[in-house]
Amino acid sequence: MRLWRLALASLRSRALTVGLTVTAIALSVALFLGVEKIRTGARVSFADTISGTDLIVGARTGGVQLLLYSVFRIGAATNNITWESYEDVIARPEVDWAVPISLGDSHRQFRVMGTTEAFFERYRYRGGRALEMAEGALMADLFDAVVGADVARARSYAVGDPIIVSHGLSSFVDHEDTPFRISGVLAKTGTPVDRTVIVSLEAIEAIHVDWQGGAFDGTATPVEEIRRMDLRPQAITAALIGVNSKLRIFTLQRAVNDYPREPLMAILPGVALQELWAIVGVAETALVAVSGLVIATSLLGMGAMLLAGLEARRREMAILRALGAGPATIAGLLVAEAALMAATGAALGTAMLYAALALGRPAVDAAFGLWLPLTPPTGWELSVLGAVVLGAAVTALLPAVRAYRLSLAGGMMVKT
Amino acid sequence: MVVPRFRVRAGEAVCLHGPSGSGKSTLLNLACGAVSPFAGQVRVAGTALGELSAPRRDRLRAEKIGVIFQMFNLIPYLTGLDNVLLALRFAPARRRACADPRGEALRLTQALGLPDDAMRKGPAAALSTGQQQRVALARAMIGGPPLLIADEPTSALDDRAAKDFLDRLFEQIAETGAALLMASHDRRLAARFDRTEALEDIAAARRGAAA
Repeated sequence: MRLWRLALASLRSRALTVGLTVTAIALSVALFLGVEKIRTGARVSFADTISGTDLIVGARTGGVQLLLYSVFRIGAATNNITWESYEDVIARPEVDWAVPISLGDSHRQFRVMGTTEAFFERYRYRGGRALEMAEGALMADLFDAVVGADVARARSYAVGDPIIVSHGLSSFVDHEDTPFRISGVLAKTGTPVDRTVIVSLEAIEAIHVDWQGGAFDGTATPVEEIRRMDLRPQAITAALIGVNSKLRIFTLQRAVNDYPREPLMAILPGVALQELWAIVGVAETALVAVSGLVIATSLLGMGAMLLAGLEARRREMAILRALGAGPATIAGLLVAEAALMAATGAALGTAMLYAALALGRPAVDAAFGLWLPLTPPTGWELSVLGAVVLGAAVTALLPAVRAYRLSLAGGMMVKT
Repeated sequence: MVVPRFRVRAGEAVCLHGPSGSGKSTLLNLACGAVSPFAGQVRVAGTALGELSAPRRDRLRAEKIGVIFQMFNLIPYLTGLDNVLLALRFAPARRRACADPRGEALRLTQALGLPDDAMRKGPAAALSTGQQQRVALARAMIGGPPLLIADEPTSALDDRAAKDFLDRLFEQIAETGAALLMASHDRRLAARFDRTEALEDIAAARRGAAA
C-alpha cells in the first residue's frame, strides 16, 4: 500500500470537507488564471489594434494620450492640428501614405470618426489584417456613414438606416438637422473600430456648419445649401502615417516634433504602447497580487482544515505508528494529502476557467470589446499551478509537524 | 512506574493483569518502543531498543511485533483486506515471508472466520466490532512476527465474541509459535495463559514517575 494510495483513501473518506477545500483552491486558481487571461488578453488586444502604422501625428500632448484618443477612442484630444500643418507634414519625402482622422462627435455611446477612404485601405490590425465590409459599401455621399460591427449589432442597424450624430462626446445636443444614412457595416475586428461610426472628413465639417464655438447658431442651414458649401476640413485630430522606409521613421518623427508653425508631435505606436503598459503595469501587479493572496488564503484554509482534523485522526495515527510507520511517514501522509488536494484544486480550477472562458467569451467581447483567446496555459501559468501544489505542501508542514509531535508523544495505546 | 525485571520468553503466552489505569498500557508502549524508559533497558527479540535510532525502532516494531488494541484497530476508510496488508507496508521482511501477500491475508481472514466479500469490499468501519478485532488479529499475525502484543483486545466484545476471539488467537499463536503479551483486567482468562503476572507484583508505582 503506497503512501499516495493511503492519502487518497483518507481524503475520499472525508469527501465533504475535502470537497469544500478543493473547491476553494479551485476557485482561487480559476480567479488567478482568469486575471492572467484577461491581462494578457487585454495586452494582445491593445497590441493588435494597430499594426502597419509607423507614426501617429497629433497636437503636442502626452504620447500615451495621443495613442489613446487617436487609436483607442479613450479620452479626448486637447487640441486639433490645422489642415495646413497636416498637408505640410504629408508633403515630406519620407511619407508613403497618411490617413487623417477627426474625432469629437458621438452617436449614442459610440464615437464618430471623420476620415478619408485611405483609412479603409491603410488601417491594419492583428498583424496586418485589413478592414472588410460585412454589408453595403463605403461612403459615397456626403451624409453616408459606415458603422462598426458592434454599433450595428447594438442598435440593430442595417444598410439604409438613418442615424443622428451628436455634437460633442456626451452631450444630448443632436445634429438633428443633418441626418446620416448608413451605407455600410464593417465586419467584426475586435478593435475600437467595431464601436465607431465612420463618416467623411467633409461630413464632420458639414454637421458643424451651424455651430459656432460649441453652440447652435439658431438657424439651420438647409442640407442643399450645405452640399454647395466648401467643406474642405480646417482641422483634424490626428493622422496615421506610413513611411516609405523604416529607416526614416525617426527622421520624420524629428521633423514633425520640430515643426515650426504649430506644436505637433509624432509617436511610434509601439513605443507609446510600452509607455502605457508601464503605467497600467502597477494596476496589473496589484491585480496579480490580490489574486495571489486569494490562492494563499485558500491554502491557509486547507492548512486549518488539516490541523482541525488531526485531533479526530489520532486513532488513525496511533494505528499507523503501531504498524511501524515513523512519525516522518505520518507527517509525509499529511503533506501528501495537501499536495493531492492542491493538485486536484489546480486541475479543477483550470478546467473551470477554460469552461467559463469558452462560455463567457462572447459576453466579455460584447461588454468590453475584449476577445479573450482560448490558448493553452503559458509557462508562467503552469509554474503558478506548480507553486500552488508546492505551497500546499509547505502549508501542510505545520499540521504535519504537529502530527509528528503527537505521534511521538502519544504512544500507541491511546484509549479511544 | 518502575519495573525491576519483566520478561516474556519466545513462544510464551503471558497475561498482564491489573486494574485500569495501573500502567499496563505504559508497559506495552515500552515493549513496543513507542515510548522510551527514563532509565533501564527494553529488549525485543534480542535487540535493546534504547540502542536503536527512532526509525530503526519503528522498523523493529513493524517486523517483530503484531499489535492489537482494545478497539478501533482499523483504518476505518480502508477495506479489511487493505488493513491487513497495511502491516506489510512498513515491514519488508514480513512481506517477503508471504509469497503472495493478498492470498496470505485472505487465508488468514478465512481462518478467522471472516467472509472474503466483506474483506474485499466496503470500509472496515462497516464491520462489526468482533469482526474488526479479528481483522486486527489477522493483521498482527500476517508475515509471522515473533511477538504479539494485545491491549485488552476482548474488553469491547461480549462474552461469546470474546471467547471466540481468544480461541482463534490461541489457535494462531499455537500455529506460528509467536509469543503473546496481553493486558487484561479479567482474571477469568488466566487459565489459558502460560503465565499470569499482576502488574502490582512486577512494578512498583513511584510518585512523580511516568504514568
